[in-house]
Amino acid sequence: MVELIRLESIDKHFPGVHALKSVSFDLQAGEVHALMGENGAGKSTLMKTLSGIWQPDGGTIRVAGNEVTIPSPHAAQALGIGMIHQELALMNDLTVAQNIFIGREPRKRFWRLDEDALNQAAREIFSAMNVAIDPRAEVRTLSVAQQQMVEIAKSLSHKSRVLVMDEPTAALNDKEVSELFTIIHRLKSEGVGIVYISHKMDEIKRISDRVTIMRDGAYVGTVKASETPISKIISMMVGRELDNTETAIPDLSGAPTALEVHGLRRGKAVQDVSFSLKAGEILGFAGLMGAGRTEVARLIFGADRREAGDIIVHGKAVAIASPKDAVSAGIGYLSEDRKHLGLALGLDLTANVGLPNLARFSNGIGVVDDNKLTQIARDYIKQLSIRTPSERQEVQLLSGGNQQKVVLAKWLLRNCDILIFDEPTRGIDVGAKSEIYRLMQSLAQEGKAIIVISSELPEVLRLSHRIAVMCEGRLTGILPGGKETTQEEIMHLATQRREEMRGEAA
Amino acid sequence: MTLTVQNEVKKRTSSGVHQKLLAFASLIVMLIFFSLASSKFLQTSNIIGILQATSVNGVLAVAVTMVIITGGIDLSVGTLMTFTAVIAGVVLTYLGMPLPLGIVAAVGMGALCGFISGTLIARMKVPPFIATLGMMLILKGASLVISGTKPIYFNGTPGFSEISTGSLIGAVFPFLPIPNGVLVLFVLAVFVAFILNRTALGRYTFALGSNEEAARLSGVDTNFWKICVYSLSGGICGIAGLIIASRLNSAQPALGLGYELDAIAAVVIGGTSLAGGRGSILGTIIGAFIMSVLLNGLRILSVAQEWQTILTGLIIILAVYADMVRRQRT
Repeated sequence: MVELIRLESIDKHFPGVHALKSVSFDLQAGEVHALMGENGAGKSTLMKTLSGIWQPDGGTIRVAGNEVTIPSPHAAQALGIGMIHQELALMNDLTVAQNIFIGREPRKRFWRLDEDALNQAAREIFSAMNVAIDPRAEVRTLSVAQQQMVEIAKSLSHKSRVLVMDEPTAALNDKEVSELFTIIHRLKSEGVGIVYISHKMDEIKRISDRVTIMRDGAYVGTVKASETPISKIISMMVGRELDNTETAIPDLSGAPTALEVHGLRRGKAVQDVSFSLKAGEILGFAGLMGAGRTEVARLIFGADRREAGDIIVHGKAVAIASPKDAVSAGIGYLSEDRKHLGLALGLDLTANVGLPNLARFSNGIGVVDDNKLTQIARDYIKQLSIRTPSERQEVQLLSGGNQQKVVLAKWLLRNCDILIFDEPTRGIDVGAKSEIYRLMQSLAQEGKAIIVISSELPEVLRLSHRIAVMCEGRLTGILPGGKETTQEEIMHLATQRREEMRGEAA
Repeated sequence: MTLTVQNEVKKRTSSGVHQKLLAFASLIVMLIFFSLASSKFLQTSNIIGILQATSVNGVLAVAVTMVIITGGIDLSVGTLMTFTAVIAGVVLTYLGMPLPLGIVAAVGMGALCGFISGTLIARMKVPPFIATLGMMLILKGASLVISGTKPIYFNGTPGFSEISTGSLIGAVFPFLPIPNGVLVLFVLAVFVAFILNRTALGRYTFALGSNEEAARLSGVDTNFWKICVYSLSGGICGIAGLIIASRLNSAQPALGLGYELDAIAAVVIGGTSLAGGRGSILGTIIGAFIMSVLLNGLRILSVAQEWQTILTGLIIILAVYADMVRRQRT
């Protein structure tokens, strides 16, 4: 076998994060090398150093045996390395062929572009791939799967010997996945090396030759896909030491049910999800990226329109058609993306806390009682120990953890007693994390019902009284919290794809 | 195994075609309505008046179309037009240079100003709205300073007024006294349409508006091409400056403000998306004609000036709303 790529001891730091810790990786011609790990393990970061988007702080990159530096995506292309990103990078208003050859258009006389040659060249690439896509079609008219094929064609047009695919099947249906795999097989037989990043166990088994596992930015090991059981791969992925703190699970048998959800449904993202939540309970939502957890939260909060399903709050069915309805029913949502959805960053802390509550703090003609609001903001700063120089600080100047607390204060002031935390500790440092954990636990003790969505299994295990696991829009199981449940069990449910379930049933 | 991916072939401008048809149909309806409503409307002198009015706004609209397709905006086209007219006045009347030099100076100065705007936007990352707003005010002031706030007349340059008001076509076909300004507009429109649809500059203009980051990651020098677009747009404003100066036989330094909005309105009515990535010169030309036919027709029907303005505003909103509705349905 010919070695295409060898990464040795790659190091990469981002402010406050050691993203890659001396990671090594190699790729042979004609193989599919899967790269696996939990969210945030460093897979995409590693591949971005290979495709010229990030520069490594240390280590060497060898392409076909020669040591190289890859300063830009353009340089990566010149070295025959193509990357197909999770978010497709196509120009929707241009045609398929125009996208493939952007920046390298064949010319005719009088500065004219040779559109016919362009379409012909694209047609040849597609016929070599055995794909039927019209090169003259506008990209916006294509399905996601077809756009993926266009990206692959674009990489091949650069004569790429190395293709990096970052979660290529995330948006594809089963039929499209097998079409993609057919192409991958063909590329393999032509000696192209493929790095395949995915969470999906069954795909890894179907398509890859070797599997490299990463965890917390470090290299864990490389195994042969055919000889390694899935359970082994999962334990390599999650094998980090567990947080020692024990989860004390309260006896909630006498507690009233705060929230019930029946048959929640929206397209493919959320399929028939039902669960209930008691006052004082913390229900964890685990699953891989795109499993539909955030979508469930958004449906409950009325941010998206649900196609079916009942939401019952404190025993009464409520009609939630918008976030306003949800908030009146006492549901608060702390979004995954605080910056864009949760806070008015340019306004100060007091204004943010007051935002959904202004009606309560204004007199008959709409003038806001600023003194009262200021007093309340001060109370919350104390109660939630928000670290800020004053209640007049712009929230964009606060740290992530403290911003999170401001959002929380906003909902507590609205008397929300059902709180949905979506990735509450993303981008927050370790110290602030445990503070948020303590806060959530004390809120639960006060009788608030809490849903916490998290992609970090240790976090889910540490916080949750019960753990709901989702996969591909379905709730695949609810596990008890605490010591009885292992990360492996959660991972098993989180990767329980539809055909596997069918297989087990048969 | 052959993939059986369903794949409807749609022409790249399919939605643009609809908008253009809609716009063109509105134009025809307007023409029929006004010619039935007033016998004056179809008189040769009135038709020529409409064409004259369209030539200036049309040229500016062509200039700003390219910029809008990149996803940007250019608010300085109106005052840049005036500025280049003043420059032509300085070169021809004050310095007494021959006509071709005046033309080169006006177009060259336009391109230079466009280059500066483009550099501010592409390299220094000033938002297009702000960069060209600043440019608009700077050029308005500069025109007044250079001219001493007084009009510059082109009496020393015979033939200057021919640029706009003469008729080369009329000289060959006496029954078609189409003014030269309109001829310039059409030649220019064909030229810019060629650039947009057939050349690399055009391809990258659409790519910039469609997904600038994707274009950059594909190895396109996005900054360079953006500056090219603004420079070309500026140069075209220089042509507009020559046309209007020639029609008035003078450079009027106080003129120009507000022209940019008429130009942008024509572009939008013609179906070019302010979000960038899609648009066409043909649409813009139709849009420019809709604006001038509407204003001319209302004037002939003795609708008061202030109502003309209100109706224009309504038409712009209606045109874009119709496009939005159609786009949501498909």
